[in-house]
Amino acid sequence: MEMGEATRRDFLYIATGAVGAVGVGALAWPFVSQMNPDASALALASIEVDVSNVAEGQQIKVMWRGKPLFIRSRTDKEIEEAKAIDLADLRDPVARNMNLAEDAPATDENRAAGGVEGTAAEYGEKLLIMIGVCTHLGCIPIGEAGDFDGWFCPCHGSHYDTAGRIRKGPAPENLHIPPYQFISDTVVKIG
Amino acid sequence: MAGHSTYVPQSKATRWLETRLPIISLVRGSFVDFPTPKNLNYWWTFGGIAAIVLVAQIVTGVVLVMHYTGHVDMAFNSVEHIMRDVNYGWLMRYLHANGASMFFIAVYIHIFRGLYYGSYKAPREISWILGVVIFLLMMATAFMGYVLPWGQMSFWGATVITNLFTAIPLVGESITHWLWGGFAVGNPTLNRFFSLHYLLPFMILGVVMLHIWAFHTTGNNNPTGVDPKSDKDTVPFHPYYTMKDLFAIVVFLLLFAWFVFYVPNYMGHPDNYTEADPLVTPAHIVPEWYFLPFYAILRAIPDKLGGVVAMFGAIAVLFILPWLDTSRVRSATYRPVYKQFFWIFAIVCVFLGWLGSKPAEGWYVYAARICTAYYFIHFLIILALLGFFEKPKALPASINEAVLAKNGNGQPSGAAAAPETKA
Repeated sequence: MEMGEATRRDFLYIATGAVGAVGVGALAWPFVSQMNPDASALALASIEVDVSNVAEGQQIKVMWRGKPLFIRSRTDKEIEEAKAIDLADLRDPVARNMNLAEDAPATDENRAAGGVEGTAAEYGEKLLIMIGVCTHLGCIPIGEAGDFDGWFCPCHGSHYDTAGRIRKGPAPENLHIPPYQFISDTVVKIG
Repeated sequence: MAGHSTYVPQSKATRWLETRLPIISLVRGSFVDFPTPKNLNYWWTFGGIAAIVLVAQIVTGVVLVMHYTGHVDMAFNSVEHIMRDVNYGWLMRYLHANGASMFFIAVYIHIFRGLYYGSYKAPREISWILGVVIFLLMMATAFMGYVLPWGQMSFWGATVITNLFTAIPLVGESITHWLWGGFAVGNPTLNRFFSLHYLLPFMILGVVMLHIWAFHTTGNNNPTGVDPKSDKDTVPFHPYYTMKDLFAIVVFLLLFAWFVFYVPNYMGHPDNYTEADPLVTPAHIVPEWYFLPFYAILRAIPDKLGGVVAMFGAIAVLFILPWLDTSRVRSATYRPVYKQFFWIFAIVCVFLGWLGSKPAEGWYVYAARICTAYYFIHFLIILALLGFFEKPKALPASINEAVLAKNGNGQPSGAAAAPETKA
């Protein structure tokens, strides 16, 4: 087939098609976007919690963005266990702490509340605030369980240590630490 | 389809309709006069059975929606309200819940029949692919329907399955939040699942029509895998197969009724009679039985993304099956080696399902890995090689010849060769 020179008709054909495609795309976007988290879901994005009532060796669960947060005051034994670990043995070497740099190493200091600005000294090492959602497929791990005395996910068998770091099982990442800051000596604002 | 009809309108009214919308000749050509191989066995009745169960699901589903409330605070109680207060609500719900399982039983048998008799091979590739599309739509529909009662299994099943999408690199989390309409499974998720659960069965119905259209264009496959060559090889669909299908449907409905009236919760999980609690995951969560083989494949791979890819790959491989099988002989009846591999494959699939119901620990994990590997080896390697190495048996010259050879050397089926000795 011989290709003739582009005509005025060819131009109009392509230009009309292009305008039509843009129009279809513009109309499709609202239908896709309506499924994203809406304004009321975003409005619930931060909460304040008084942590002074959490006794040593106790964990409380609070709801944040429809998910549970674990707020645990760790015992000295748990802290020692978490510190005794060689970082090279960790499955996920990154702290997963949204308050720190993305590549911060997963040391116990970088996991516990001490690494966050404004933390009162008494909570520094003890307090661990994490999103209580297994990084595998979203189940809620059980506390004080598993091979590493930390958390154990019943769904597919992920074991986390006393600093919430993944040690065994299918989960790829350490339990995530949400963005938070202490707004007084005892009240922490999460989100 | 319409081309098979010998219908000539007799009355003035039907002539008037026929020239404007030839629907009578279309239906007659498809389900009355349609020439059907005369040797179809009872494995061929499961397509019709599945279609009837689909209609039953739509009817009971429409009724349930009249009494159900799609909100996280009310959904669980509205299902209990259906069970306790609504007239015959218990019957509607048990029919619908067990109907889902019945649909999968019928469709799994239908799929394995296609695998055994090579119904996916040319020229029926499109029928097969449309069938896989129906299977995918069924899985999506069943999954979303299971979320609606908002029990513990509903909630955590929804959480685990939607979290599969977080395995996608870079955009996984955004996609998951988009699916949820929030930061976890919640009310927006329940509402959109309700909407889609109502929509998808009608899409299934549409694809079923295309599925029938496709294999009515090529003609049915049959147990010999040999194409009909003359009028001696076929019988009209009605009354021969309308009656045979109807009989099979009645027998199948007996099984269905047995589940509904005697063991209505046998295929469910007690945990789903506990209202959803976003703070506590049940100790042992498993999907419904019809997802178990795929669940076992997901868990067999010790890597999150790898597991998800393998699970979807297990279905994706079915789409290209017509081009993976290199043998030109359709029916396993004439493929002595394939026949054995077919049964090994069927056992592996059932075994995978059993493994999927077990916790992912100890030897179960290794067994699941071996079976997962075999699943893919069957499709990608065994089927490719068999076409070259297997020596098929001689094919019959025609369906008619095969039927007569099997049923008394030239005597019609049911007629005794020596009536005087007939017991």
